[in-house]
Amino acid sequence: MDFVLNDDQEIIRASAQSFLNDHSDSPKVRAAMATPDGIDTALWRQAATELGWCATDVPEDLGGLGLSLVEVALLMEQMGQRLACLPFFASAVLAAGALREAGDADRCAELLGQLAAGEVTAAAAFSADDIGWRPGAAAATAKQAGAGWQLDGAARCVLHGSAADLFVVAARDEAGALRLFRVAPNDAGVTVSRRKTVDETRPYAQLTLKGAALAEERCLSGAADATVGMMKATAQAMVALAAEQVGAAQSCLDITVAYVSERKQFGRVIGSFQAVKHRCAEMMVKIEAARSLALGAACRLAVAGPVGDEDFAEAEAAKFYATDALFFCAQEAIQLHGGVGFTWEYDPQLYFKRAQATAAWFGSSSALREDIASRVFGQ
Amino acid sequence: MKLEFSAEDEAFRREVAEWMKANLVGEFEVLRFRGGPGDEEAYPALRKKWERKLAEGGWACVNWPQEHGGRGLSLAHQVIFHEEYARAGGPGRLGHLGEGLIGPTILALGSEDQKQRFLPGIREGRDYWCQGYSEPGAGSDLANVQTKAVFEDGKWKVTGQKVWTSLAHECNWIFVLARCEAGSKGHKGLIFLLMPLDQPGVEVRPIKQLTGTAEFNEVFFDGAVALPENVIGEPGDGWKVAMALLAFERGTSTLGQQMHFIHELELIAAEAKKNGAYADPSIRQRIALAWAGLRAMRYNALRMLSGTEGGTLPREGMMYKYFWSNWHRDLGKLAMDILGNESMVVDENDLTRQKLQGMFMFTRSDTIYAGTNEIQLNIISERALGLPREPR
Ligand SMILES: Cc1cc2nc3c(=O)[nH]c(=O)nc-3n(C[C@H](O)[C@H](O)[C@H](O)COP(=O)(O)OP(=O)(O)OC[C@H]3O[C@@H](n4cnc5c(N)ncnc54)[C@H](O)[C@@H]3O)c2cc1C
Repeated sequence: MDFVLNDDQEIIRASAQSFLNDHSDSPKVRAAMATPDGIDTALWRQAATELGWCATDVPEDLGGLGLSLVEVALLMEQMGQRLACLPFFASAVLAAGALREAGDADRCAELLGQLAAGEVTAAAAFSADDIGWRPGAAAATAKQAGAGWQLDGAARCVLHGSAADLFVVAARDEAGALRLFRVAPNDAGVTVSRRKTVDETRPYAQLTLKGAALAEERCLSGAADATVGMMKATAQAMVALAAEQVGAAQSCLDITVAYVSERKQFGRVIGSFQAVKHRCAEMMVKIEAARSLALGAACRLAVAGPVGDEDFAEAEAAKFYATDALFFCAQEAIQLHGGVGFTWEYDPQLYFKRAQATAAWFGSSSALREDIASRVFGQ
Repeated sequence: MKLEFSAEDEAFRREVAEWMKANLVGEFEVLRFRGGPGDEEAYPALRKKWERKLAEGGWACVNWPQEHGGRGLSLAHQVIFHEEYARAGGPGRLGHLGEGLIGPTILALGSEDQKQRFLPGIREGRDYWCQGYSEPGAGSDLANVQTKAVFEDGKWKVTGQKVWTSLAHECNWIFVLARCEAGSKGHKGLIFLLMPLDQPGVEVRPIKQLTGTAEFNEVFFDGAVALPENVIGEPGDGWKVAMALLAFERGTSTLGQQMHFIHELELIAAEAKKNGAYADPSIRQRIALAWAGLRAMRYNALRMLSGTEGGTLPREGMMYKYFWSNWHRDLGKLAMDILGNESMVVDENDLTRQKLQGMFMFTRSDTIYAGTNEIQLNIISERALGLPREPR
């Protein structure tokens, strides 16, 4: 038992931090936000291919690095800190995670290798509204058609969907089993349209499937029901997202402390007033609690086989803690910046929007708490 | 970064669990889950006997070095020991200030002679220590100590008043922060004294708390004596010693405290199930918050303990007290809201209710003692975030 970063983990964390500090500062984020796909493509090429981020927790025999959710969480925290405009969460966490945990090994091997190498970027369409999706949800129905499949349905909020090379779609078949399918944007019967989002650092697309015809090998989960695997993939994704939120919350605190240490009113820096100091300290308390929980849950899931109830509940706890911490910190950042905190030019607004955008993913904080309560009461 | 315990750790876990199972029986059975903060009046004599039993089993002062009778346990083993102790319902430790605060201070800053004289009594459950820091004018502003120590006839003569002294009525020794340089102010001119309580010139008066019990006391000194060989550090350097001691307050025993919290949460959830309160959506939200808070606390404690080798308190260490005390205070309120009307009825036959009522009331002090919430936030904002210091 040792709960501090080991040397390799510290290197991963520190190099991601300095890389993003150099290449994803506020002007760069704002420039990427304004592009058609909302992605900093140069940064993505570097992170995904040269730095090998997408390979982090892909097994070694598929060309990955064979590391764990802990290392993914460390990267996510750094991406959250800078609000980097990258489809990492969509592709390397959601889509690749579903294939790794719920996919058929033979059918997914090549694709996972391509995702790990950063050659291919995927998006995940797991439920109709995607927001608030739970394991077991489906975005489409799948009917056996000849030797293949026909998919119908729609997912309205697919993260980074407009620039993805392919989609991993969760669909329910006629027997009620959950299956994962590989869908390309130019397949017949498939339409993809970008949606304008308030959090411009992470756009959504709508994916519509109308009688999309897919060959049998496009069913990536094979004959097995994907529900149990999706439970694990979901737990991992919740923890990764929580780590990202912790990073974003940390930034809110950092920019706020910097601001209140400079800004003067009544002849002194406002950071010397106890009302202000205490609010900054409250931010730190929430951040450290959320960080401990996210890292702890990451360690736990990194060694879990199939996730049990208790593992899943911890991932839910990590998510709602981080969600609540980030919203609190983003709101305090705006407040403690005063008038400038309400302007487009200053960064608190970016974090504030990210806070709200991520709040609903995997279910609202109150829905996650209700889930945990059901477990506590054995229902 | 890994949280798994090795096979050898797990064997140690079984050893502790089995010892507890074999020994927390017979006359000690009544002590299970008793005697924590807020329940200090439960069976003090029997709990002292239990402390001696623990010592005989080699389970006292497990983190002390072996040369001083401890076990020199690794961090993982300390975590396991405290968790298993609490899981088995091990009673609140009357000796915790000795084992956890003054013992480590003597180990770190005391003379060889002081180690020889004081450590065995603590370890063997013979000597019980209390903390004489606070005074009517020196609470949050701890350096405002007025109690005087004057060197006369080769001894320190102590005059003044301490207050809020927990368990002084059950203790035979007290460590005292006093002013030894006339006219000195603040951190300067203080002395750190070890004093027997059982001597002329010392009077201990219980103070009744809002719980109705009297866990803390006033301690009056009127020319009471402290021998020069019982001064830790140099006269005038008392502040340094006092601060070093406070740094020991966070420790592996926090993991035991959390097991205790788990037990309380289980009691509360069982009550909610029994009386139907569990159907209330807002109660369910609060139960889940409490459940998650416990997880956050455990991981936070493990981070803080794993990361303390460097000496300075890491960020997660600075927020720990603030976090758990607020969490615990909320838990007390949740317990009462679940009990509803019945929460205000005293029922001698309902031990669980008594326990929860006691907890509800006592947790009001969690955010006051060992540094109030406001002082904790000052510490965090100044030391972790580097914001300007309060005027002093
Ligand atoms: C159950 C219990 C057990 C205790 N046991 C012991 C013991 O064994 N030994 C011992 O020595 N002491 C003990 N104490 C005392 C405890 O350490 C003090 O009560 C505590 O430090 C607060 O001091 P005070 O009571 O003088 O409050 P005050 O310092 O008078 O504070 C009153 C209020 O003012 C606020 N305040 C004070 N200064 C500031 C500031 N700078 N900025 C903002 N707000 C401020 C406080 O936060 C608090 O809300 C115990 C207390 C309790 C409740």
